[in-house]
Amino acid sequence: MTDTLSFSQEISNLLYATEGQPIRTCIQCGTCSGTCPVAGYMDYTPRQMIAMINAGLKEQVLESNTFWYCASCYHCTVRCPQEINITELMYALKRYSIWKGQHKEGLIGPTFSEAFVKMIVRGGRSFEPVLAPSYIFSFNLRGILQEVTNATELLLKGRLPVIPARIKRIESFKRMIGRIIPMGGLE
Amino acid sequence: MKEYAYFPGCSLEKMAVSYHLSALETTKKLGIKLKELEDWNCCGATTYFYIDELLAYTLCARNLAIAEKTGLDIVAPCSACYKNMYFTAAHLKKDVDLAEHVNFALEEDDLHYNGGVNIKHLMEVFAQDVSAEEIKAQVTHPLEGIRVAPYYGCQIVRPQKEKEDVEQPQFFEGILSAIGATPVNYPLKMRCCGGSLIISSRTAALGMVRNLLQCAVDAQATVIATACPMCQVNLECYQQQVNQEFGTNFSFPVLYFTQLIGLAFGIPQKKLGIGKEFISIAPSLLRAGQSND
Repeated sequence: MTDTLSFSQEISNLLYATEGQPIRTCIQCGTCSGTCPVAGYMDYTPRQMIAMINAGLKEQVLESNTFWYCASCYHCTVRCPQEINITELMYALKRYSIWKGQHKEGLIGPTFSEAFVKMIVRGGRSFEPVLAPSYIFSFNLRGILQEVTNATELLLKGRLPVIPARIKRIESFKRMIGRIIPMGGLE
Repeated sequence: MKEYAYFPGCSLEKMAVSYHLSALETTKKLGIKLKELEDWNCCGATTYFYIDELLAYTLCARNLAIAEKTGLDIVAPCSACYKNMYFTAAHLKKDVDLAEHVNFALEEDDLHYNGGVNIKHLMEVFAQDVSAEEIKAQVTHPLEGIRVAPYYGCQIVRPQKEKEDVEQPQFFEGILSAIGATPVNYPLKMRCCGGSLIISSRTAALGMVRNLLQCAVDAQATVIATACPMCQVNLECYQQQVNQEFGTNFSFPVLYFTQLIGLAFGIPQKKLGIGKEFISIAPSLLRAGQSND
């Protein structure tokens, strides 16, 4: 008997908290890849990703953009004939990759999501302008100009917040989060 | 009078303020009171779940616990807020250990969640809690001849909750017909707008938005109707970027379904947040929903 879990067992364990069947029941039919609206932009399709996990190809999986490109639309999940919750699998891979501090170079997803969660922990509500630094420098010049144009237009239409929203009971809110995650890790 | 605990969500405070205004105006006409949830916090969008599952459930549970004290069902106009709260409530009901852990954290804010709250999307209120006859009774300016693409998006119907139709639902079309509009056959109505990929994977998201816009053009729609702030922003505010990226020439209006209902109810445009769009609405639509303001 082996002491260490295989990669596929590790990922399956992350999924047992949710509903849905274990990924080893995948029959490789490809319905997920055929359904996924983002598959064409992914390094590996969802079907390939599941096969790679089951084959223990941990490095290749973690170095791919696939799970960070999942838009969380659940289209694959509602169609999977084996009732595997593929969207939750993608979430689990994101958490695993953040936890291990390992992901493909140049992706915006990991830094953006950490910035988002830190923002909520501080104020309890979303305030879009503070998020910009977490992604804007990854854009090329055209992307930056596009973002500035959009922000200006939103501002002119009265659709961009200028004062950060904050909940009232922020202190007890922070203590509540402290019971889940040590605040040192998020502040 | 029907009353709900209203969870506007962060987007409706500013970015989607038109959705907020039109939701309040149209429900009021139908004798429904949306009472804003006291001191609500962000639902977490998709990102909490990228970082920590337990944190994500706890943050949603705080809102559920606050709502439970009012004894009212929650209504969320944003599909992401709705999905997060709906499935958090479902998981907490099934998993007592999870509920215990979450309640241990909620104690710090003097809250406790017992599992007694129902969560509805705003569109479900119009489609299920109000009859088509009740909607028709309020229509003073039917949107005759207005071809509307009913864009469901994702999280209002997915993941599947029970046995409801997740492939070809018709409830959005039903609402549009009730206000005199013509719901067009919009083959991509269930496809994703890209959501937060518009930030994290721009090229992919713009491609998805382009497909949705092209499909609406092909269906000869006048306007796309949405039920989610993320969908509205991606489809409307990023059209210029789509045009730059693909050499297209889209200038396609995208409204919230409540704005269309409001026009049919004869509510003044300003009260529906009309005028805050990037892409102005076709005159034919405003003529159909003529209101004197």
